[in-house]
Amino acid sequence: MAAELSDARAALAGVSNEPGAPKPDPIITGSNITRTFGGLKAVDVEKIEIQRGVITALIGPNGAGKTTLFNLLTGFDEPDSGQWAFNGTELGKVPAFKVARLGMVRTFQLTKVLAKLTVIENMRLGATGQRGEKFFSAIFKSLWSSQEDANTKRADDLLARFKLDAKREDFAGSLSGGQRKLLEMARALMVDPELIMLDEPMAGVNPALKQSLLGHVKSLRDEGRTVLFVEHDMDMVRDISDWVIVMAQGQIVAEGTPQSVMADQRVIDAYLGAHHDTDITEIDVEDLEAEADAELDAEEKKA
Amino acid sequence: MDFGTIIDAAFSAAFGPQAIVFALAAIGLNVHFGYTGLLNFGQAGFMSIAAFGLAVTVVTWDLPFWLGIIVGMIAAVILALILGVPTLRLRADYLAIVTIATSEILRLVFGAVEFKDTFGGSNGLTGFVRPYQNLNPYGGGIDLGIVSFSRNDLWSITVGWSLVALCCLLVWAVMRSPWGRVLKSIREDEDAVRSLGKNVFAYKMQALVLGGLFGGLAGIFHILKQGSAVPTDFNTTFTFYAYAALLIGGAARVLGPVVGSMIFWFLIAGIGSFFSEATKGSSPVIPDWIMTSDQSSLIRLILLGLGLMLLMIFRPQGIFGDRREIAIDGR
Repeated sequence: MAAELSDARAALAGVSNEPGAPKPDPIITGSNITRTFGGLKAVDVEKIEIQRGVITALIGPNGAGKTTLFNLLTGFDEPDSGQWAFNGTELGKVPAFKVARLGMVRTFQLTKVLAKLTVIENMRLGATGQRGEKFFSAIFKSLWSSQEDANTKRADDLLARFKLDAKREDFAGSLSGGQRKLLEMARALMVDPELIMLDEPMAGVNPALKQSLLGHVKSLRDEGRTVLFVEHDMDMVRDISDWVIVMAQGQIVAEGTPQSVMADQRVIDAYLGAHHDTDITEIDVEDLEAEADAELDAEEKKA
Repeated sequence: MDFGTIIDAAFSAAFGPQAIVFALAAIGLNVHFGYTGLLNFGQAGFMSIAAFGLAVTVVTWDLPFWLGIIVGMIAAVILALILGVPTLRLRADYLAIVTIATSEILRLVFGAVEFKDTFGGSNGLTGFVRPYQNLNPYGGGIDLGIVSFSRNDLWSITVGWSLVALCCLLVWAVMRSPWGRVLKSIREDEDAVRSLGKNVFAYKMQALVLGGLFGGLAGIFHILKQGSAVPTDFNTTFTFYAYAALLIGGAARVLGPVVGSMIFWFLIAGIGSFFSEATKGSSPVIPDWIMTSDQSSLIRLILLGLGLMLLMIFRPQGIFGDRREIAIDGR
């Protein structure tokens, strides 16, 4: 497994840092995907490829179209134009539930736990191919109870892994924000997806939980799954992603390894700001003011 | 003032055929609204189409009674499919608007002069009930002291409560299964269910059909117990009384609609009878200047509305509901 992993990463080493750069082994390929809301072009992606078996981060300022792109790729929204494929299967016009069955499962920015179901019921729902989900076999428990037991066993293992086992019988609606994120991730794993797409997994999660969430995301990759996530937390992006795609105003403006992307002038201009690497408390206010004054003087002289 | 009359009215309504009709209709609404979150405001439409399916088959077309039952149930299924295809992909409120409109359209069509030859106009259809009454094994009525039922009512009660029991059994069996879990999950958040690879539309359609079948059963039972199919019986009040019964008992509970319906009719008949007794005669208990006997029949509805408001404030989960579930909504 470890050799495979470094292979996947090594494969990315040769990839150029241009937007839409072709990958050696893409799990998702897409081209000319556009989506407009009224006059606003929310997504306008010429080319996108996601490498298999690695963690890819999708970053960009608010309103850059990251979540809209997520919605388009997973069938939750229909684009105005464009083609995209998952594992070679064309996904245009494929409804969201079929996309999920193909092995491409997403989570949501605003967590969608099923509040009035218990945590374990939330988990059981995620299992695919359940015989008891067909109406006529649902009537007779003997037809589905053994499968249900197997699913429950798997759900309990996942709950233990995500440290939610103590909450097993609680209503999901009673969980905290961070626990809901964990539950959503665990529930998505019940589908056993090949590609898991996390929309802002760290939003509203306290620092202590953040560490364990990071570990969980990494463990997904170590199991051989592909992870694509949207995130604003640059520490997380730097820490765990193998590849970063930067979006701004609906377009992909840069790609690359975390280090190269964060040094990229286009990214700094679009998203990070000049002082992104400095702790805000360490910035010397007087220096900044002097800098601003100098700029103002220059402007005045020009005028 | 005769308390015997009041008690008899209350108990015979609570255990009699009327409560059964509403229990069946409310079981259907429970599948729609309680479990799946589908706002069906046209349960009366499912009832009327099944009722007239039976009546038209037997009276107008002169075909066998049992075929009429099948036609009625199939008609309810077809109505569910027709309503579901355009609306189930849209937000929940569209289904509410479409169902309430459809139930009114059906009622007006069944009562229209133009279709008098088929549906019997505003008088409706009669003369289809003999095969049902011929099956009645009872020799006479029953008098239990506080409550009495006629021979026909006794037969209807036997058939009706058996039907209610079977329907409850079916609802219980499917709602404990993974199928029921998908429905409850759709009620909570359909996008989440979709993201896990479930065909939400297909499940909503199945729920609409199942609840519509229970509604159809209620409509068929309604015309059988009273011996005539009259279009005006199936007005929107019917649907909302069934909702009231469901909410009293507690939504998303197997027995909620049944107990709710019994309580609803116990109160409405009991209170109605109380005020009619209290304003009756030359020197009524409640003097004329407070309430006349004409007004007494309306006061029960005022009190019922008040009672529902108090229920929503102090016990929003209904009788069988779980307070913790309601508390989650507040977050």
